[in-house]
Amino acid sequence: MVGAIRRLGTLFVNGIWQLGFITRFFWLILVYSGQSFTRLHLTLRELYFSGVMSLLIILVSGLFVGLVLGLQGYETLQRYGASDSLGTLVALSLVRELGPVVAGLLFASRAGSAVTAEIGLMKVTEQLKAMDMMAVSPIARVVAPRFWGGVISMPLLAALFSAMGVFGGWLIGVVAIGVDDGAFWSQMQSAVDFRYDVLNGVIKSCVFGVAVALIAVFEGYDCVPTAEGVSRAITRTVVSSALAILALDFVMTSFMFRG
Amino acid sequence: MAVLLHVTQASLCYNPPPALQHNSMSEPLVRLENVRFAYGERTILRDISLSIPRGQVVAIMGGSGSGKTTLLRLIGGQERAVGGRVTVDGQDVAGLGRDALYALRRRMGMLFQFGALFTDMTVFDNVASPLREHTDLPPELINDLVMMKLHAVGLRGAARLMPGELSGGMARRVALARTIALDPMLLMYDEPFTGLDPISLGVIGQLIRRLNDALGASSVIVTHDIQESLQIVDYIYFISEGRVAAEGTPEAIRNSTDPFVHQFVHAEADGPVPFHYPAGDYATALVGGAG
Amino acid sequence: MSRTTLDLWVGVFVAMGIAALLFLALKVGSISGSDIQSPYTLIARFDNIGGLKARAPVKVAGVLVGRVAEIRYDNERFQAEVVFTVDGRYKFPTDTFANILTSGLLGEQYVGLDPGGEDKLLAPGDVIKKTQSAVVLEKLISQFMFNKAAEGDTAPAK
Repeated sequence: MVGAIRRLGTLFVNGIWQLGFITRFFWLILVYSGQSFTRLHLTLRELYFSGVMSLLIILVSGLFVGLVLGLQGYETLQRYGASDSLGTLVALSLVRELGPVVAGLLFASRAGSAVTAEIGLMKVTEQLKAMDMMAVSPIARVVAPRFWGGVISMPLLAALFSAMGVFGGWLIGVVAIGVDDGAFWSQMQSAVDFRYDVLNGVIKSCVFGVAVALIAVFEGYDCVPTAEGVSRAITRTVVSSALAILALDFVMTSFMFRG
Repeated sequence: MAVLLHVTQASLCYNPPPALQHNSMSEPLVRLENVRFAYGERTILRDISLSIPRGQVVAIMGGSGSGKTTLLRLIGGQERAVGGRVTVDGQDVAGLGRDALYALRRRMGMLFQFGALFTDMTVFDNVASPLREHTDLPPELINDLVMMKLHAVGLRGAARLMPGELSGGMARRVALARTIALDPMLLMYDEPFTGLDPISLGVIGQLIRRLNDALGASSVIVTHDIQESLQIVDYIYFISEGRVAAEGTPEAIRNSTDPFVHQFVHAEADGPVPFHYPAGDYATALVGGAG
Repeated sequence: MSRTTLDLWVGVFVAMGIAALLFLALKVGSISGSDIQSPYTLIARFDNIGGLKARAPVKVAGVLVGRVAEIRYDNERFQAEVVFTVDGRYKFPTDTFANILTSGLLGEQYVGLDPGGEDKLLAPGDVIKKTQSAVVLEKLISQFMFNKAAEGDTAPAK
């Protein structure tokens, strides 16, 4: 019993210590970010590997989520004769919540884990130490461009997810089932407010981008430099990113969308 | 420029330099005085005092885990000594700020055990990276310099390959070319002979000696390959239990009667470095059942 | 991956992302909807605001002309005070009615303005004198039941 409490205490203390370390790491990244923009090709390369390589999964998942939303939404709405509001349902769900959150989770699993693996493997093969001994800051050269690549990719991917989802909802609702096309779009446009819904969704995806990118580069940089250490770091990236996204989503939703 | 041509010439014909006195008149390039280093509770180095004179190749030897690699990290400023002083070219490494430390590191070159080449770029880009990072030289000049360095290690033809396509020995040679890209004054080698076939061993050994003399630099080799080291170095330090157990020129070491040195040089299984891990009485362990 | 191919793909990616954002902003949401120019403030006091919330629409003849900014309680007059902003292009006479209406049968509540006939116009910050509170469902039901009960009382007497 006492042992369990002690373990819990150690876990908690370790967590606090890690939080402090990750904050200091975040600050270091910001300080060393100059090169990410003066030598833009570094960041562009990371934009490619994090953003462009995630396009396929984001677009396909967005389409399927939209299709499912359309189906489920229609099934429930038509019971109250409100099937004309399908557009509103699909658009609001995606733009406010599903777009940022699901795109964030997919991004963390695909791009976040890849970044952690890359940095972790560089650590195992002593490339980071070699850079340091060559008087090149590994944070400026390796970590910061990957961080900014993730931060810039996230909002774009979330917007693409939402757009594909709306398209999917339209496909199922209007094309397949036969909901009125005009009603679909007009109801949606009157219900979705740019500043309140779309912009808040974009802000959410930006925050998620920072969180996921930071966790991914941190876990890679901080991992134990063995094969097992890298694999554990990748797992931590995916799990911590998911938890962070969901927790931040709750916090932001509660003060953005107050009833 | 003159040095670079010298390097190219050195690879063509080898003239061994006259043996240098270890205690030369000039100030040693690297000096460690009563250095102590610990990792939390574990003390790795207790009291190390050694010096690397200018223009010489010095080997630091010892068993596994004796703290040899830590010494290199202390000299390069990647770790900070808990006690004592580490001086490189007259500067106390521990007291340097980040910019000053990076300025000092630009004059040092370190060869990591497995090369530590950047896996996402070609051999050419790897060797060019120090030049691109720290100089403003035009691409044509960088191209020439990189080709010269690769030629010095015999791998000019491999310039377009990726590190994944190289053998262990070749990767280490490319890393060596990268290490000398900025003509450093101090070269550090972390276990350069480990895991190489006899031919590559000989090649690396010769390269270390020739490059050191051609560049007029000083070299520190951390290794436990006694035979190769005895052939190319000017001085050897033996580290055991956190202290300098023995030191001397290759001649002195070969003829040493010190039991530790003798065990090392003649690869004896048992001696001052015991064969048996500390355990209880053997007879009791057998008769008394599972220990 | 040569530099130029990489740049091309990144450019395509960023262009697609921005296009998606524009799509969401223009086709899905409605920027024009919140296009209220040079808003000015008006105040109306109600006995009961029902389910009126901040950001609720303010409509005239069914057209959106403004939004509710703030809802306060006036402890001196024991009334709810609703502060709302109206598009500066539209001015209303001083005898305008402010009603709290419900969109649809059970939809959200909004402020509906009924312009009167006076020549003088409401200035920014003015208070609308004529108001009609929200219809509270419970009061409606209890009134209905009271009427029914009263009918039942008088009926046997006939």
